[in-house]
This record gives sequence, structure tokens and C-alpha cells, in this order.
Amino acid sequence: MGNVQEVVAQLHPLERNVLPHLTSSSTLDEITRKSGLKEVEAMRALQWLTNKNVLTLKPKSTESITLDENGKKAMLDGLPEKRFLKTLTDGRKQIKEIEKEAKLEGPEVNICLGILKSKLAVNIDPGMKISITDQGKNLLKADSLEEKFIRRLAEDPIIVDELEPEEKFAFDNLKKRKKIIKVVKKNSWTYALTDFGREVCNADLSDAGADKLTPDMLKKGTWKKKKFRAYDVKARVPAAKGGKTHFVTDAIRYAKRIWMDMGFEEMDGDIINTSFWNFDALFTAQDHPVRELQDTFYLKTPANGKIVDPKIKKRVKDAHETGKGCKSPGWQYKWNEDDAKKNVLRTHTTVLSAQYCAKLDNPPKKYFAVGRCYRNEAIDWSHLCEFNQTDGIVIDPDADFRHLLGYLKQFFTKMGFPEVRFRPAFFPYTEPSVEMDVYHPVHKKWIELGGAGIFRPEMVIPLFGKWIPVLAWGPGIDRTFMEYYGINDLRDLYKNDLKQIREMKKWMR
Amino acid sequence: MPTVTLNKKEFEKLVGKKLPIKELKDRISMLGTDLESIEGNEIHVEIFPNRPDLLSEQGFARAFSSFIGVKTGLREYKVKKSGHKVIVNTSSVKMRPYTACAIIKNMKFTDENIAQIMQIQEKLAKSHGRDRKKSAYGLYPSSIITFPVHYIAKDPAKVKLKPLGIDKELNGLQVEAMHPKGREYKWVADAWRKQGFTKYPFFFDNNKQVLSILPYTNTEDTGKIDENTKEVFIECTGTDLENVKTALNIFCTMLADMDGEVYSMDIVYGKKKITTPDLKPKKMKLDLQFVNKHLGLTLKESQAKKLLNRMGFGYLKGTVLIPAWRNDILHQVDLAEDIAIAYGYENFEPIIPEVSTIGKEIPLEAFKDRIRDILVGQGLIETTTYNLTNEKEHADNVLLKEKFVRVANPVTEEFNIMRKRIFPSVLKTLKINKRHEYPQEIFELGRTFFIGGKNETGTFEEENLCAALCGENAGFTRIKQIADYLFNHIDSSYDIKAIEHPSFIKGRIGELSIKGKKIGFLGEIHPQVLDNFELEMPVALFEVNISRLFDLF
Repeated sequence: MGNVQEVVAQLHPLERNVLPHLTSSSTLDEITRKSGLKEVEAMRALQWLTNKNVLTLKPKSTESITLDENGKKAMLDGLPEKRFLKTLTDGRKQIKEIEKEAKLEGPEVNICLGILKSKLAVNIDPGMKISITDQGKNLLKADSLEEKFIRRLAEDPIIVDELEPEEKFAFDNLKKRKKIIKVVKKNSWTYALTDFGREVCNADLSDAGADKLTPDMLKKGTWKKKKFRAYDVKARVPAAKGGKTHFVTDAIRYAKRIWMDMGFEEMDGDIINTSFWNFDALFTAQDHPVRELQDTFYLKTPANGKIVDPKIKKRVKDAHETGKGCKSPGWQYKWNEDDAKKNVLRTHTTVLSAQYCAKLDNPPKKYFAVGRCYRNEAIDWSHLCEFNQTDGIVIDPDADFRHLLGYLKQFFTKMGFPEVRFRPAFFPYTEPSVEMDVYHPVHKKWIELGGAGIFRPEMVIPLFGKWIPVLAWGPGIDRTFMEYYGINDLRDLYKNDLKQIREMKKWMR
Repeated sequence: MPTVTLNKKEFEKLVGKKLPIKELKDRISMLGTDLESIEGNEIHVEIFPNRPDLLSEQGFARAFSSFIGVKTGLREYKVKKSGHKVIVNTSSVKMRPYTACAIIKNMKFTDENIAQIMQIQEKLAKSHGRDRKKSAYGLYPSSIITFPVHYIAKDPAKVKLKPLGIDKELNGLQVEAMHPKGREYKWVADAWRKQGFTKYPFFFDNNKQVLSILPYTNTEDTGKIDENTKEVFIECTGTDLENVKTALNIFCTMLADMDGEVYSMDIVYGKKKITTPDLKPKKMKLDLQFVNKHLGLTLKESQAKKLLNRMGFGYLKGTVLIPAWRNDILHQVDLAEDIAIAYGYENFEPIIPEVSTIGKEIPLEAFKDRIRDILVGQGLIETTTYNLTNEKEHADNVLLKEKFVRVANPVTEEFNIMRKRIFPSVLKTLKINKRHEYPQEIFELGRTFFIGGKNETGTFEEENLCAALCGENAGFTRIKQIADYLFNHIDSSYDIKAIEHPSFIKGRIGELSIKGKKIGFLGEIHPQVLDNFELEMPVALFEVNISRLFDLF
């Protein structure tokens, strides 16, 4: 920055407004007063001028005095001691009478008496009656220093550093009294012109240039003769606001896109399901711990549903009891239809996979789902009782274990985790079973995402009617979102803080 | 899932090989157990419920030693005959009909291995025994028992015993009320009572000495193993014979690995008699073609045999010999998994086959995306909340009386119903955002839940949209403009008529419909409702049933 002409050409109207007052003032308050601008406008102009090396700004805090509630009352009714004194002009009085007449409250009456005695304005008779002295009568005729001070304060706040000696005396007295005045600390600014700034102040400001290109100029062609004020292109502008989808929606849309690009069709279904579909159809024995109350949300109303398809019910029952038709002994227990009828909030989107296996006709088919699931868990930074899961199934006579790993690796690579680890695991309805971890490249740690596998014959045969390999997976997906958005607490995904949503960066994969 | 702690030095001794820590970690994970951590001399692992045999140090080491190739193939255990009997009173123990028992001789008990045995007893009963409901286990020094032992159910009020840890004679019901295990497992006996069983099963010896009361505890006199014990009697009882036998086999092989000698007993069920433990392997034919196809491998028989040996199986002429302590091999797929684990999941090549299918989105989901785009164009911000919520916000606060789909076992009263409408959730969102700048203009798309309909659950679900404006100037005109904008852009239009609705200001609420079908409502929220949500700014909103709207296209 150095060229005076250049700076002058870029001056904003606000800056032009303050420039003439810069040499004769030194604070923001003065500039505001003299320029007639709003304080924010004057401040903005001073900041811009700082950027242009015209001046340097320094914060300064000042203490200013204003009237407090009792002070405002005193403006209307006079100071309490004055009111006290006035009641005595028509004779001696008991303290109680004075208190009532002068409308004094609580300790005020004694404070007034103390003040007036020290000023020799009253006498106390042996009979405890109070009378006014000559000195007192004089006092009633003129305003005291305190009263003058209060009157000044009613007009304008006064800066502590700028007090006259007499005012200082009044200020010190009033400061001790209850809520007559208050001292407010105010942060403000002072500035100093730079050498360059002084040159700018002395420059010719008459050629302002046009600030705005108007439709009128365009219509009439007057723009041809105009010179336009140059802008400071580096100047900061206020933040823009706009509408926005929720960042979890964006991430889910992306995840769905990946499955669709790989030829998967989306599955649709209810969140409320019978235990039959959520557990029994998934070859999960009725005494399996996941079915207990501490893991699964059951419904109170309506507590029970029904099992509509008698053929599938019979096959599922057989698979559990004897493994009939599945070349398996099954779980060897007596299957209870009542347990299967209990309604639950689905614990996994795998319930959809089971339902699609049951209604599917001509394989090969590939399906996916992304949806809300529920587990009865205490909510903390890494657990929600309502969360998102993504399920996928591939029903293909030629599918095998390598394909399962292939689809999953592809999905997570696209989600931004090219390093995927597969470990042995256990689920009642898959064999082999797989646990998936992805490697977080920044945090350098493995993140556990959830399970996958090939559905067991005891699950597939009752639903589909015969054996066919079904690759399946159902990892939780919220944790991958969390990693992307730099959120450390799962609860923050759904806290719905508008500031957070407004400022969240876009899903950019 | 149970977590067990292994003594690393002891474990390495049993395995017969010491691995570098990194490899140890990796191999434990790849065997099919979830390694939590290794700290100093302690290995913490989570055991999957299908492998209760891995709960003991001995069982885990046995499997691990095979897996890393130190000692592969089927381990064989000798069983001698003890000549002792357990007599089951079959008619009385119907609530827990099965028992399998054994005697172990020449044991060297130490404080450490006693503690270990107790740990396994607890963990096994927790997982394999379904918290003692399905099965539970007891060990007794056999020197003070007079055989045969009797398994019989009796009225607990009439049997007196000194429970373990209490030096006082109590009757069975007092044990249940006073003993820590009595209180912990009373629910098991409660379940029996529900089925009409009022007696409790007991073990007695032939001198009518009480050995234990089920499902609670041994007695102080007969149930205490210490360093002087040389011989133990083990009983496993439960509701499923296979489960009980597997548990006994896990105990016996664990104690055999501690250098005990296993002796069988005859269990007499009336006229029937079985001998336990049976440590002979179970057999299953290997369908190698199926396994290869399932895994996408081309293993030869000799390779498959080697892999099976690494998982502790024997293999003889096409038949797999399954260890007696495993009960998770039901089908060829289970053999396939064990072969895959031995082969190493990390050694499979992930591939994507050339299968031509067409990707497709649910049309309603695509429709929701269009709606999002339109509302974002109007400057609205999307929020998203839980479907699981509470009655206070969704009925009381909005001045409605409602029947909701209700959860039987909520975590907190904050989440005990499924919502029927979105707008109370949206008002809650506005409440949370009171400290942020106004105007706040938001929308939410989400599921709503109702009792009724034809679904098998007796409930039905629909997708709703709520758009809301909150701020000094939020009002009917602007929210109606947004509704018009939305409907114009989806090439539709709605009819609106004035109605009354407790959540809205009277005279400023309209019902939206298309072709006579109600699809939603639009208006200004009642100040009492705003007050209930502690809002100090007016709110205008509309809520539309998107499922119904979509069906009308």
C-alpha cells in the first residue's frame, strides 16, 4: 500500500464520510459523533482504513457513569435527603412521620438523617423530634453538587477520566450510595493516523466516482461518462446464508448411489416388525440373548402381530426344531409361535433382506437398504438407540465367499476407506461370518463396522424354498459419517443445531 | 458375549509355542475370537457364543495350538469307567429334565486353577447356559459323597441345607431369599412356577446328604473344593440334553488338560441309561464340492484335510471327526467356515463377479429427494430427528390427546413412543436452537407410525414432511407461499379449507387435500403450544403426508 491516488480512488462512501474528521479526533466515539454515522458504520470505515494503512486502531476501555434506578427516581422526586428536609418546613416532626411523608423506605431514613446532621441542616430535640436549621433552609433553596451532577447525568453519560473537580466530589459521594449511579465499562477504540494517512487526509477527495452502476445509468447511457470507484477486493464481506440438506442425508444419498451404481435395487419395508421376521426367519433361536429385553425394544401397544404366510411359518418352525429340509439338526427345541408374534422395532435392516428372500422369484438379484434400526442401549458417545444401518444381499446361484468380500471392499473403498480388514465372527444366520473393520487413514486405527456373511441354509431354504447362496451384510453406517465430518460423538449427528448444520462442510466424496 | 482373561505365560506353555506379540494378536483375531487387548501377562478376548469351548485357557490353547500348526488334528481323551451312578427321578425334575455327570481323579488343585475353574463355571453358565436357565453346573469333592447320587425335585420349604458360604441351616426358600446366588437367579425358579412347577431340583447323595439346590448353590459341607481335593464329581443339569453333554465335555477336557483323569458315570433315567461323558468324536461327511463352491476355492481333499486338522478336526476317508466339545457344526456350511478360517480370510481374493442387474431406488425415496431440492431452493434447512420420542412433546405440548405405538421397555421416558406427526419434533428442534439467530426456516422428512391397518404387525407407517418458519415475521402468508411453490414444482395443487385444530391459532389453520383426500394441514402455531416449547417467536408451518401425496400421482 503506498499510492495515495490509488487509495483515494478506492475509498468507500463511509470512509469518505469519516476522513475529514480524522485529524481533529482520536477516538471512535468522536468520529461517530462528528460524522453522524452509526457506530457500526464508523467502525467499519476505520477498519477498512486500517487495512489501507491510513491509521492504526487500538482498543481502549473507558468507564462511563450513568444513572441507576434510584438516581432516576431522584431526578423526578429529588434526592431522599431533600425530601426529608422538605417535610420539616412546616414544623418539628417525629422520625416516623418524616419517613411516611417523604416516602422513604427501609434504611434510607437513617442514611438521610446522617447526611443532614453532618451538613448541620437538622437538629434533634431531647423529645426525639427533628427540626430544620437555617443552614437547612439554605440548602433547600439551591441544588447541591450531587443534584447538579445527577442532572448532567440525565442528559449524557460522563466519562470517569473527564470529570471536573466538583463533579469528582459529587461522584465520590454518590458512588457510596445505593443504586444512584452506576459505572459502566465500555470497550471502545482509539486510533492514530500514520504518516501515509496524513497524506491521504490532505489529498483531494472531490472526485468520488460512482459507487454503484444503476439501471438508470444503463438506460440513459450516462455510465459512459462515469468513473467507478475502485473496490478493495480484499475486503471481507458478511457471510451468506442459504438452504441446505442435512449432512447425514447427503452421506446416505452417497452411500445409496454406490449400491445403485453396482446394480443393487433398494428394499422397502416397515420399521415395526414381528419377532418372526426380525429373529425367527433369521434362524435366531428363541432363547438367543439378542432377543432379550435388554437388547431389543418390544412394543407394548400393539404388543403382538400375526404371522401371515402359513407355509413359511411351518418351514421356519421346522428349521428351528429339527432342521427339516435343510440337512441340519436345527436348534433342537420346541419353537413357540407366541414368541414369534411379539412386535419389535427392527434391530437390523436384515429383516428386509429376509422379507426380500421370501418374495423373490428370478435370481440373480441384488438388493440394498439404508435405514433406521433400534437397540435397547444406554445412549452415549458411541451408542444410539436409534441408528442407521446399510444392508445388502446378493442372491445368485454362483455367488461365493470371494464375491462377498469383493462387494464390501468396493463399497468401503468408495466410502473413503480403501483398507478393509475381514475377520471371522459369529452370527446365528450366516456361515461363514465376517466382521469388517476399515482403517482410518488419519487416526491410524481400525474402526469396527459390523457383520457380513453368507446366509445359512436353515434361513434361506424356509424363505426361498430351496438352497441358493445369498451374500449378506449389515454394517452400521453412522460411524463412517462421523469420521468424515470430524464428529467425535455419535449424538452430534442428530443434535440438530442449526449453526452446526449451516456450517458443516458438504459431503465431497 | 463373554470376555475371558487368559494368563499369557500359562497360555503359551499350553500352546507349546511363543509368538511375537504382533503375530499373537493377529492370529487370535483371525481364529474367530475378538481380541480386546493384551496387557502385560493378560490376554483379554471376547468369545463368540458358538464356541463355548474357548472359554477356558485349556480349551483356547488347544484350538490355538492347532490353528498355528503346533499340534494339529483331533485331540483324543481317555475315559475310564467309574462304576458310579446318578439316579434321575424323571417324574419330578420335568422343569430341568437332563443331567450329565462325571468324576475326575488325580487332580492337583491350586488356588490358581480353582479360581480358573470357577471363572469358567460362571462364564459358561452365563452364555452356554443362558444365565443358568438352560443349564448350570456344579463341582464337588467326591470323597465325602456316598454314591449313587440322586437327582430329584422336592418342595424347597421342606429341605434344609447349609448353602455355600453361610454356616447355618436354612430351608430352600430361605436360601433363595438370603444367599447372593439365590437372589441373582430367583427369576429362573419364578419361570418354573409360571409353568406350574413348585418343586426345586436337588442333588442328594445316597445318605440323603444334600449336595446342592438348583439353580442356586452347593452346600457348605459337600460343595467346597480346596487344595486337599483330589477327586471331583461334576454335574451339569439343564433343559436340553445336547447342551448339557457339551458343557460336561468342555469341563472334562479342560480338567484332563490340567492332568486329571476322566471317569464316566451311568445316568439312570428310569428304564433308560446313558453313560457320560462321551468324548468320542461326532462324524459328518465332507461335501468338498459344496465347500469349494461356497468359498470360491479349488481345494483338493488333502488340502481340505490339512485345513480341517488346523481347526482341531480329524479327517478319515471323506468323514470329518468333530471334537466332542463342539456343538456348532450343524451343516456343511459350518465346516466350510472352519476351512475358510484355517485358509485365512486374509488370503481370499475379493472379487466382483460379472452379474448384470439394474440398480434402482425406491420411487418414494427419489420423490423425497425432489422435495428436498425444492425446499432448499426456498432457503430452508433440513433437520433430522428420532422417530422414537415421548408423549409429552408429541401430545401434551401440542394440546392433543393421542394413542401412540408404545415401546414396552424404553431406555428412558424420553423415548417411549413412536411419533405420529413430524411437527412436534420440528418445534423441539426450534426450541433447541433458541440461542441462534432468527429467522429459522427448516424442514424435516421422516417416518410416522400408527396403530391399525392391514399389516401383520397391526401398525402402519407413512412418510411425512413438515416445513416450518420461526421468527418475528413468520406467518400464514409466507408458509402458504412455500407450500404453493412446492406443489407447483411437483406439478400438483391442493385444496384448502378452514378447520379447527388445538395446536393452531383459531382461524389461521387450513386442512390440505387433493381430490378429496386429506394430505395435511397448514397454519400458525397456537401461542400456548409455543409457550409449552418455551419458544418466544411465532411459528408457521405445514405438514404433509408424503406417502399419500405420492400415491396420488
